[in-house]
Amino acid sequence: MVPSRCFDDCSQQEHMRTLLTVGIMIAATSTATLADSPYLSHDRQSELIRLVRQDCGSCHGMRLTGGLGPALTPEALQDKPAAALLSTILHGRPGTPMPPWNNFLSESEAAWIVDALQKGFPDAR
Amino acid sequence: MRASISAVFLSCVVLAGCASPGLRGTGDLGVVIERATGSVQILDTTHHTSLARVEGLGDLSHASVSYSRDERYAYVFGRDGGLTKVDVLARRIDRRIVQSGNSIGGAISPDGTLVAVANYEPGGVKVFDANDLSLVADIPAVGANGKRSKVVGLVDAPGHRFVFSLYDAGEIWVADMHDPKQPVLHKFQDIGKEPYDGMITSDGRFYVAGLFGEDGVALLDLWNLDAGVKRALVEFGRHGEKLPVFKMPHLEGWAATGNQVVLPAVGQHEVIIADQNTWKEIARVPVAGQAVFAVARPDGRQVWINFALPDNDTVQVLDLPSRRIVKTLKPGKGVLHLEFSPRGEQVWLSVRDENRIDIYDPDTFTRIGSLPAESPSGIFFTPRAHRIGL
Repeated sequence: MVPSRCFDDCSQQEHMRTLLTVGIMIAATSTATLADSPYLSHDRQSELIRLVRQDCGSCHGMRLTGGLGPALTPEALQDKPAAALLSTILHGRPGTPMPPWNNFLSESEAAWIVDALQKGFPDAR
Repeated sequence: MRASISAVFLSCVVLAGCASPGLRGTGDLGVVIERATGSVQILDTTHHTSLARVEGLGDLSHASVSYSRDERYAYVFGRDGGLTKVDVLARRIDRRIVQSGNSIGGAISPDGTLVAVANYEPGGVKVFDANDLSLVADIPAVGANGKRSKVVGLVDAPGHRFVFSLYDAGEIWVADMHDPKQPVLHKFQDIGKEPYDGMITSDGRFYVAGLFGEDGVALLDLWNLDAGVKRALVEFGRHGEKLPVFKMPHLEGWAATGNQVVLPAVGQHEVIIADQNTWKEIARVPVAGQAVFAVARPDGRQVWINFALPDNDTVQVLDLPSRRIVKTLKPGKGVLHLEFSPRGEQVWLSVRDENRIDIYDPDTFTRIGSLPAESPSGIFFTPRAHRIGL
């Protein structure tokens, strides 16, 4: 899936559509278990786990307890809306070192990561 | 006399703590961090071997190492606030403490008596006795804004000082440690937005903090603190179209080669060659991606450069006299760090995703050895013990 470029400069309508899609996607992924996600192969899930632990871990810590970037533990993320987290992953946070990851991740992959982070991220397998 | 020597020998055998047979020096040894498993391996650069794995160092997803001045002990600073003193001769942990919730690096004092750790959480610097790791001084990093700040870029400096930067507050502090329990702080405010790392030139004179939040670097002449912090290399950094940075450049790896320093640009696929005395830009050289480490061969002729995602499978070699990239290598996915042997006849690369350390001959660019390692990251050889700022 090609990630939408819609962020700050998109029309309200487009933005709403993105949020709606994201909402549906998150609802869908949260009901599925990590192992049998309808969207991602087992291999891709393993790659994503490695990416988050190793590469996001450069700033957020391999145990995701924070570093230069904030902690990404379920406790730290419990009050954060999933759509905002998804947008942060895909588009980065201007004015901070958080870069956009949309060249590495599709929207559904980012949504899978958000869901997994909020549940408690799996260890590398 | 002979009896007492054999008694010592026997006790070594019995205790098995003396794992290394016979006497040996440590000048050709080093450690590599195994970031996923919380372990280090002890490396031998003469024989291209691993002597041992030492486990139980906690979360090493970000880690750095300083050495005792006798090159026997490696002080390993881990992500989880762990400070572990590893005995590279006995190949075991000598002492270990968890001194904060989250730390980024550390330094050892010029006389080797104090080890300082830069902490993110709670933000500040803690100073420990290098012998037994007991706490000597605690320096909370509360900026002029009244808030506690993450600390980065901690280095030792001549004059029994530590120098460090406050990431959130945008300050540089110099701590005079002549009375270790009562550090005298010299604070410089408004030095620039988001200093993300710092380094000191090999002569110990200039402290340089890279700025993420704005252009240029913050420069402090440690021979003349009264002159204050100046902005330099304003053209350095994120001018023009900025590119995303998928891994922060590291300044410790900034190559200082005689009168020139080679710096990774932030958000640009370039390295910058600057004059170390005037801090003016000399040249920019396009490279394969966002440079992370730019490490000079000890003779200063070559600089080896690694990169952030998505180019972290690549290493490039810059020839300084011609200012050209003379070689592009593809050692494998996840090249995280590189370290030269003291005289530069070999360079060791950690290739994280291949679970390997590779050894190259920098004259021929050929691989001359390889060792297995679990998600290796930083490689630190013992001669760092005698370099200011490491």
